[in-house]
Order: sequence, then structure tokens, then C-alpha cells
Amino acid sequence: MSATITKEPVNDDASGNMLTNAADDAIDARQVASPGADASTEADANSLGRVDLSLTGMTCNACARRIERRLTNAAGVRSASVNFATARARVEYDAGATGAASLIGTIEEIGYGASDAAEEGAAEREQEATRAEQTQLRRRFIVAAVLSAPVLLVAMSHGRVAAFNVYWINWAQLALTLPVIFYSGWPFYQGAWTALKHRAADMNTLIATGTGAAFIYSLVVTVAPGLVAAEEHSATMPGMNGVGAMRVAPVYFEAASVIIALILLGRLLEARARGKTSEAIKRLMGLQPRTARVVREGGREVDLPIEEVVVGDVVIVRPGEKIPVDGVVTEGASAVNEAMLTGESMPVEKSAGAQVIGATINGTGSFKFRATKIGRETVLQQIVRMVEQAQGQRAPIARLADVVSGYFTPVVICVAIAAFVVWFIAAPLESRLSYALVSFVSVLIIACPCALGLATPTAVMVGTGRGAEHGVLVKGGEALETAHRLTTIVLDKTGTITKGQPAVTDVLTAAGFEEDELLRLAASAERGSEHPLGEAIVRRASERGLALADVSAFNALAGHGVEAQVGGRRVVLGNLKLMTDGGVELKELQERAEALTEAGRTIVYVAVDGAAAGVVAVADEIKADSREAVGALRGLGLEVVMMTGDSRRTASAVARAVGIERVLAEVLPEGKAAEVKKLQAEGKRVAMVGDGINDAPALAAADIGIAIGTGTDVAIEASDITLIRGSLGGVVTAIALSRQTIKVIRQNLFWAFVYNTLGIPLAAGALYPFTGWLLSPVVASAAMALSSVSVVANSLRLRRFKL
Amino acid sequence: MDTTEIIVLLGGVALIAFVLWYFFAGEGVRAAAGLTAVGAQRLRVLVKGGYTPDVIVVKRGAPVELDFYRDETNSCTEQIVFGDFGISRMLPAFKTTRINFTPERAGTFTFNCGMNMVRGKLIVED
Repeated sequence: MSATITKEPVNDDASGNMLTNAADDAIDARQVASPGADASTEADANSLGRVDLSLTGMTCNACARRIERRLTNAAGVRSASVNFATARARVEYDAGATGAASLIGTIEEIGYGASDAAEEGAAEREQEATRAEQTQLRRRFIVAAVLSAPVLLVAMSHGRVAAFNVYWINWAQLALTLPVIFYSGWPFYQGAWTALKHRAADMNTLIATGTGAAFIYSLVVTVAPGLVAAEEHSATMPGMNGVGAMRVAPVYFEAASVIIALILLGRLLEARARGKTSEAIKRLMGLQPRTARVVREGGREVDLPIEEVVVGDVVIVRPGEKIPVDGVVTEGASAVNEAMLTGESMPVEKSAGAQVIGATINGTGSFKFRATKIGRETVLQQIVRMVEQAQGQRAPIARLADVVSGYFTPVVICVAIAAFVVWFIAAPLESRLSYALVSFVSVLIIACPCALGLATPTAVMVGTGRGAEHGVLVKGGEALETAHRLTTIVLDKTGTITKGQPAVTDVLTAAGFEEDELLRLAASAERGSEHPLGEAIVRRASERGLALADVSAFNALAGHGVEAQVGGRRVVLGNLKLMTDGGVELKELQERAEALTEAGRTIVYVAVDGAAAGVVAVADEIKADSREAVGALRGLGLEVVMMTGDSRRTASAVARAVGIERVLAEVLPEGKAAEVKKLQAEGKRVAMVGDGINDAPALAAADIGIAIGTGTDVAIEASDITLIRGSLGGVVTAIALSRQTIKVIRQNLFWAFVYNTLGIPLAAGALYPFTGWLLSPVVASAAMALSSVSVVANSLRLRRFKL
Repeated sequence: MDTTEIIVLLGGVALIAFVLWYFFAGEGVRAAAGLTAVGAQRLRVLVKGGYTPDVIVVKRGAPVELDFYRDETNSCTEQIVFGDFGISRMLPAFKTTRINFTPERAGTFTFNCGMNMVRGKLIVED
């Protein structure tokens, strides 16, 4: 460990079993010295420090006591109290003996999570700091713009304007340039210096070296003309300032100040545009409700901050209110607008048993629900996390750019030095210093690799944000890039193409039976059933408003059906075998039922008092937009394959209905991943679409796993792409979006590369021998400012991408 | 070629050599990660204009937890990339972001900002 870090003694707790990381606390002390971080006393030895920690992973009050005990026993801690309800710990400690980082370590060692609560406001603090920076930036730019304008005017006159040919003109330019360098341009020099100390070179280094060289040279010419003027004779430089008859070397104050003004302008425009690239995530975060109305002991209704809501709380939602956390409706009914999370424009009906998602907006009804997920576990927070992560991830496409930019800056400095030397030797004696300086500065300024660095992240940010607004969550740049190269989409049938819940589709009656009567008898017999087919029949009966009769002598015939006495009649429900075994005459009913089987329905025969009464056909309904989505996927040139564990007949019927040709039927759950691999072996790039729970291995095996959400149970972080809304249309959106985003990234990279690879030789004067072109530093800085802005603007086009 | 030109030429070559040496061959501030009770190697890194420390020494095979605290809004450091470990994360300003991974291979690796201008070294020892 280096001496720079180990200034403080190693902290160890009584058990000798603690964080033995001295660097940890050394940095900690520096950290708290930064503005805004609390516990500012922490740095003073032996003084009292206090920190609030935000805890995760506690399941009961015992956990809280355990953490409290552990903290109290830790070295240097004077007191610790843990509040289970708010998941906070407040610790007072000897600042000389321990620190927030060690305390967090202590808690983590016994299996809980902790973070400095003061850092929780970091997002706001970052926003505030960014805003302050913006104001500063604008002020610096205005100063630079106003003061550099007259300097530029003098420079462009090339000594042709008599009024400027006065002996003090250089001094005047110097006076105008000083504030630009020392106020407007100061952050560049400061940034360059910090980077230099870290043996790093960044954009600040280039700008600072370029403008600094121009300024110092001009300063010397102004203050001590004798030093340079000896060799320089009335140089007339392309685009440069020669003070003709005065026989004094030219000055380049305008290069220094105009470059600073233009680069500040570029930054200003870029910052504004970049703010827009993260708008989507800001909007998502802004959705987070602050309070919840909770029923506590004794039926008391209290308004609580959202952090204090715990799982199991009953929350009241009034008309027009935002639903605070995720949960299940227990009482009441309403229509809820979920558009902000799922992109679904129609309000969704909710009644007892339905899942509600935090941050969605209640319509005109009111209801109570039981909180099932709070804090980080809510769908909204998962979405925010995923989008944040996605936007932080790089696409492989950008790797070349990364490699290049790593070596870029130092190499550019070398190129600039080389250009200086070559010009100094090759140019005519009287103007060699001017030429050398101009190309040196131009190379440094034009080479700023901003555009290259912005090309991918801005596009990924806008693209993923745009998707998130429509309930399509992409895990990151890599997923985006793979998604645009897919050739085959494998759709799971149940829950993906279909709703995943069987429903009664047809009721056929034998002579002498009414449809409602048949349903009533069948549903009554099945009322206690937990079989999905039985549930479907009961649901249909209750939709029809049929009053079910009491049953007796209920008997489930495993694998075949059920029998029961309903109001004195013996009702038997079951498959064909049960009927034929029981000697029930089916007659023409069997033929009609066969036709339904052919169409993919599951058939339940109903016999009453030993005679055939009718047939109830049940099928897993196809989602409304599945057919359209399959068509759209094929329109994108993708092969669509359906995979299911169902029988070939049922599978083919569904496939026909939605327009899929290739069907993989009768695939066992554990065989799904193998089927995906088989397709990959055929040379295909496969996306697997499923509910993410039963087919997790297949999703993982595929090049891209797309999980279709079902309410709040969506495992967002587990798949490459997650569709919050359970519709197949999201698959189309995801793929179209990925293609568009990658296209934009390619355009950005192309322009950035072209710009930098052409710009540098041009600035170095490579074309001068042939065309006489030499780039002036002012033009170089304008080009450089423009390039970043154009790349960001191109990425922002994705905001208007039609989904 | 006159004397001045020779001086400029030699000076230029020397300067180029210095720039290359300074930025590519230099060693930074070194620190080894400390061990927690559960055997994880943990270290806090301050992100401000660069990484402090910027040479991190860890042992092979044990989980590494690096806590990056970004003490600035300068967008240069908003992203951190451990290319060899497939890790790339945004570092929100004034916040600690933890990076977890387990180095399975000994050697010297780099970590850097999104544009690969700010750099650090990760040394994995056997």
C-alpha cells in the first residue's frame, strides 16, 4: 500500500475480524470534505461523527436488533440505533477511530446491505451541481464571446484597417484576452492540470495546450517584441494577424480567445442536447409517488412517506390518485391508467385480486390494495435501475472507438509537436515560427475526440429511454446490438402468443338441454375444482350471471374428470374415455366435438343422469394483437417459430390462427433450451420470447432472451429485453428500435471517425503543398464544436422514432 | 538547417519521447485492496479528474468489491469500464457505485473512463 494512502491507522474492531482497509478511510475523509456530504466532523480526530445509514435486507425487528448490537460493539462506535420501520440506522462514533465506510462494511459482513443515507440525495445534488455548472458555463461563454469579438476583428483586418495600426494594439488585445483565459477558459486549464497529475490526457489537455501555446507566444511578442521580432518580418499568414508595416511578429490572441469562446459554445449546446438524451429516465424517476394513505392499527388512515410503507400494509387509493407501491387489490374496483409504464393507452380494469403497479394512475373509482412490493423491489424502481444500467453499458460496436480514444490524446500531442517541427524547418525563415505555431494549435484543437466519445452512449441512452417509455426495456448496448442482427424469433405459446389462461370458447348442447342450464350444472359440479379447465367453466358461468347450485357427493376422477350430485341430478364431466367407460351414448355430439378438437380446443363432455347433455370446449385464448405482431415480425424479415409443450394438434391450430409456419410442439420444459440451441446450430441468431419464469433456461440459451411481463411478477433484471406490457407487439417494437439505434450509432461513428481522421492531417498542413490550404485555429475550433453537437443531435432523432 | 532548426528538431523529438513516456509508461498511486471478514477484497476509489488510487492490487480468485465515489460532475469520468471483465457502469456524481467481480486470471489489466482517457491499472496477483 502506498504512503499516499496510508495516512491513517488501520481500523479494526474488537473481534479483529473487520475491514482492515486503511485506504478506505483515508479516502472517506477526503470524501466528507466535499461540499454537501454531511458528518463534516468526521475528518477531525477524536471528535464525534454521526452518520445515517439506509439499510436493506431486514425482514423483521430481530434483524434490526442484530444490526444494532453489531454496530454498538464495533470499534469506535459510541451509540447506534436501528429503526426497522424506516430501515435507517443512526450511528454516533469517534471520527478518529472509524468511518462510514467501515460501518457499512460491518453491516454487510452480517449479511445486510447499507449505504450512506446522505448519498441518497445524490441525484438531486448532481442535478443542482449540473444546473450551477450550466449557469457558470453560460456566463463564461458570454464573457468570452464579448471580449473575443474585437480581438477577432483586429486579427481579420490583417493590418488593412488604419485605425488598428497603432503601437498599443497588441497591448489592447492582451487586455481583452486576459479575462478570457483566466476566467472563461480557467476550467480547461484546471481540468488539464488534474488530468496531468494522474498522467492522463483528455480534451482539456488539448484545449489548454493549444490555447496556452498561442497565448504565451503572443504574450512574449507583446511584452518583449525583441525576443521574436528579430527573425520575423511582416508575416502575412493565411487567416492570421500580421501587423504589416510595424515589423513586429504577429500575435495570435484571437486564436486563444476565440477557441475558448467557440468550445464553450459547443459545450453549452452539447450540454443542452445531452440533457435531452436522459429525459426518459428523469421522467421515469419523476413518476415515483411520495406519500401513501395507509390503514394502520384500529382502522386509522394515515398519510405516510413512501419509505415507511411496509409489505402487507393496506393502502387506500382515491379517484385520480397515483398508486404508491405495487400490490394486489383487496376491495373496490376502478380503471387504472398504466400508460406511463407499459405504453398501453387504454385504462386497465382492476377489481379484487388484480395486481396494481406503483406509479400508475387511478381512474374514477377508488379501492384498497395490499402492498406486496416496496422500495427497490417495485416494478418502477426495477425499470429505473434497468434503464440506468442499460444507459451505462457500451455496445460492442463502440469497442474500436474505445481503443482508439485511449491512445488518441497523447498521440495527437505528438502529432502536433511533429507538425510544429516540420513547419519550423520547411517554412521560409521569416514566417517559420508563425506557420509552426498555427499548425500546432490547429492540430490540438481539431483533434478533440468528443464526437467519438459521444457517438455510442448518446444513441444508446436515447434509444433505451424511448423504449422504456413504451414498456420495452432493453438491458444495454450489447442487447441492442445483438437484437438488430437476429434472424429467428422463437415464441413460447402459452402466455406469450396466448393469454395463458384457458377460457370457454364453445358450448354444444344435446337435444333437451339449454346452454345456460348446461353451463350451470357443469359449473356447479366444478365449483370446488382447482383444475384450470374447471376454473374456466366456473368463470364463464359467473360472467353469465348464473347462480350455482349446492353440490354433494363430489368426486374427482383423477386424469378423467369429476362427478357430483347437483340438485338431485348426477352430473359427470370428463373426457371421451370417461364417457365411453360409463356407457354414455354420445351420438352426433362426438362428431361435432371432434371438429372442435381439430381447431385446437380441449373438450369436456357433460353427462347428466347417465345421458349425454353437451360439450364444453375450452381453449387458451390468443392475445388480440398476436396475429398482427407475427405478421409485423415477418415483415421485418424474421423467421417466426412457435414452441410449446402442447400436442401437435393444439399447437398447429394456434400457429395457423396467428400465421406461424414452423412449429416445435410437444417440447418438454427442460427441452426448450436444447431446441433453441438446435436452431442456433442451424446458423440462426435466435431470440426466445417467453414469460421468463418457466422458460428461463431457454431465454438464457438464446442470443436474446425476451421476457413478456405479467403484472408485477416480471423478472426485469433477468432477461436481455423485458416487455412490461404482455403484448407481442413489444417484440416488434424492440427489434425495430434496436435496428434504428444501431443505424444511428453507425452514422455517428462514421462521421466522428471521418472528422478526426481527415481533420488532423488537414490541420497539420498536409494539403498545403498541393492546395495552399492551412486550417486556421479558429476554424478548427468551430469545426470541433460543431462535430459534437451534430453527433448528439443525430442521436436525438431517435426520440421521434415511431413505435 | 540552421542552429535554431536543429535545436527545434531535437527539442521536438525529446518532447515527443517525454509525452509518450509520461502518459503511457508512468506508474500511479498504488493501493492494495483490504480484506473483509467474508473474504472479499474491498477498496474505495476516489474519482476526481482521475482515480485515486489508480493502481489497484488484488489477489486472484477472491471476489473484489471496488467502491467508486465520484466527487465531481465533470462528464469525463461519468462512466467506468473494466474492459477485460466486461463491466461498464455509470458513476452518478457524489455517489458511491460498487463494482463487483472475481478475477480468475493473474495479470495487469486496465480500467478507464468511457472515452478511455482517464485510466487506472488493476494488478491481479497470484
